[in-house]
Order: sequence, then C-alpha cells, then structure tokens
Amino acid sequence: MTTMTQARKAVALISGGLDSLLAARLMLDQGIHVEGLNFYTGFCVEGHTHAIRERRRNRPQRNNALWAAEQLGIRLHLIEVVEEYKTVVINPKHGYGAHLNPCLDCKGFMVGKAREWMEAHGFDFIITGEVIGQRPNSQRRDALPVVARESGALDRLLRPLCAKLLAPTLPEREGWVDREKLLALNGRNRKPQIALAESYGYHEYAQPAGGCCFLTDASYSNRLSDLWSTRGDKLYDLDDIMLLKVGRHLRPRPNFKLIIGREEGENRYLGGYRRRFVHMEATSHHGPLALMDGDITDADIELAARLTARFGQGRHAEKVTIEVTDPRGGSRLLDVIPLPGNEIPASWYL
Amino acid sequence: MGHHRLDARNLLCPMPVIRTQNRIAGLNSGDILEVRCTDPGALQDIPAWCRISGHEVLDSGVENGEVVITVRVGSPEKAQ
Repeated sequence: MTTMTQARKAVALISGGLDSLLAARLMLDQGIHVEGLNFYTGFCVEGHTHAIRERRRNRPQRNNALWAAEQLGIRLHLIEVVEEYKTVVINPKHGYGAHLNPCLDCKGFMVGKAREWMEAHGFDFIITGEVIGQRPNSQRRDALPVVARESGALDRLLRPLCAKLLAPTLPEREGWVDREKLLALNGRNRKPQIALAESYGYHEYAQPAGGCCFLTDASYSNRLSDLWSTRGDKLYDLDDIMLLKVGRHLRPRPNFKLIIGREEGENRYLGGYRRRFVHMEATSHHGPLALMDGDITDADIELAARLTARFGQGRHAEKVTIEVTDPRGGSRLLDVIPLPGNEIPASWYL
Repeated sequence: MGHHRLDARNLLCPMPVIRTQNRIAGLNSGDILEVRCTDPGALQDIPAWCRISGHEVLDSGVENGEVVITVRVGSPEKAQ
C-alpha cells in the first residue's frame, strides 16, 4: 500500500454508465488517484451490437467505458473474463433476477476481480457507482454487505454515491477520503445524478434503457434458456452467446433452430459461421443468410428453405430458389414455395 | 525500436482493444504496433484507449475494408 506522502489510489469499476462516472469523479475531486477497470463477459451490450448491425452505423460508435475514462482523464484497464464468468451465469449462488441475470453474483464477481487487481497493483481501495435501492437485485440495502463480504473487499469497498447512508469504510475512517463530501443517494430516482452530471459538464453520457448486460433482456434470456434446454446442459462458448444476439431465431422443430439475418450487417456477421453450420440463401431473389443449428434431416432442410424464402424479397413469389451449403462447402439448389406468414406459429420465434 | 503486427480481424469490440492493450503491455516504449481489425468500431475505440493510456496513434484508416491503426508505444508516465 502507499505511504502517507503519496496520493491514495482507488480502482473504480467503470461500466460506461453515469453512476460509475460520477463515483470516480467524486474521488478525483478529493485528490485520489483513480484508475478504472472494465470487464468483458461476453454478455455486454457495449461493443458488439454496434459492430454487427448495419443500421447502427449511422450512430456514433464508441465504447462508453472508454468515453467515461477519457472524460475523467483516467486510465482504463479492459479485462476479458469470458471463461471465468461462466460459473457466475451457469450456477449463481444467489439465483437469477427477472430473467437469466445473476446480478448479485455478478457484482460480487466483479468486485472480487477488482480486489485482486487492487492487491496486485498496490492500490488502496475500490469504488463503485452503486446506489442503495437503484436495482431490485444487486443494489438492495441488504445486498451491499453481501458484495463486500463475498468479494473479499470488505471495508475497502467504498460507494461514494450512497456512502453517507452506510457505515464508514476504511478509506473514510483513515481520513483518505472526506466522508462529508460523499453523497447519500437512495432509490431509483435519477434526477440527482443527472443534476450532478450537468454540474460537471457531462452531457453525452450513456443511459442504456435495459442496463449494460444482455442477460437482463427477456428475449435474449429466452434464447439462452432454449440453448441450454436443447443441449441438455448449461454450457456455452463465446460464439454461442454472440449468435444469440444476432438475427431472428426460430425453432420450428425440437431438433433444429434457424438463425436468419435481418439486414446486411447481420448477414455478413452470420457469414463468418459458414464453416460451422449448414447455411442457405436465395439465389433467385434478394434475401437473408440463414444458419441451421441442430441435427437435421432433408425434411428439416426443406422447411428451413421455405422459411428462409419467407424472409426474403421473394416471399410472395410462386417459387424461390435456395442454395443450401454444408459446412464443408458442398452445395445444392432447392426450389421451394415460401412459407406463408400464417403458417409460422408465434411459438417458433425465440 | 521494434515493429510489430497484431491481427485482430474477426473480433468484435471490445476484443480488438483488449488484444491491443495486452500486446502493448509486452512491448517497449517507442515500439510500433500495427493493428488490423474488421470491426469498424475499432477506429474509434483503439485511438480512445491510446489517448488515455499514453500511446500515440501515428495513422489510422480503412484499407480493403479492414481497419488499420498504427500505434507508437508510449511510456506509462505519459498517460493522462
């Protein structure tokens, strides 16, 4: 740890959202040396989606955690935790939230990784942007001590935005941080944070409606649940969870699923998986690329081809020619009648 | 001073940034790293990471549909 003559060092969890930005700002205002950590789990909304979908290219493309770090003038260390994070997703000790979001385990995991980083790099304490009562699972008043305990951070974990509502932590007791300059935010009202952001001149901060994790999304969780139940176990790799973010997913039969690109960006992305899946696209009309995932029969291929035709420009044609290609590159042409919309049950959509 | 290359193609952000960060950690100040990516987001993200980490982007652009960014490795003290 640092000597009395040096600035104390805090490692901040930086998600790219407003709260972690403000928590770090409050520490900088007190002369604390702050560096940020941002963990990549594979489920992060940040990043991949803007790279995949064509229509999003009209929007500013930026990583919000990097943007926040630049606003703060601090270093940001990006850490990939895809493998380690599986234990959190597959078997969360505290269970899931409304969907497959293991928020309390996730927070404990990330603060635990921050503790390891703090100890390895000679930092003094950890800060997060947590606010009591802001999240129904991981930011309940009774959940905050659980995170501190299970992460091993204990009283070296400081939440500057709500610290005045909690017992003093080590940085406060030792006088590294002036507790009187910390905040007492509580609940889901965002107005205090927005006002504080305005006072600092932060205007372009991210406000993701569904949080920063795909596991809080009902549709995504449904797809992941389908993946696990079909395979008979709760394993996954990075490609699996990436593909769940892309395209329409339909399961017309228990033994296979069809992933259909919705626009050119998604078609290009799905094209990167041509060597892993049987895939198909129309040659007679403009249309999507579709991947078949499962143990499939010729009858399945015909049904998939009719569905693929349905989502292309030949949907009202009498006949659409579909090229079906296996992962080794062997291909054949199928003439199919596009499946009418009223023959696609809602239950097929994942 | 060494000249190094990093193939970060077919990776989606933030992985190209993470690979760049991890590669630079093993290089010396003054070394040159050329990063090649297919994710267009890297054109924003890698320079942003370089700015906050004390490294200099010498060149960035798109060649044949691929993002190419050339970085001169700085010293840790130069980070903002």
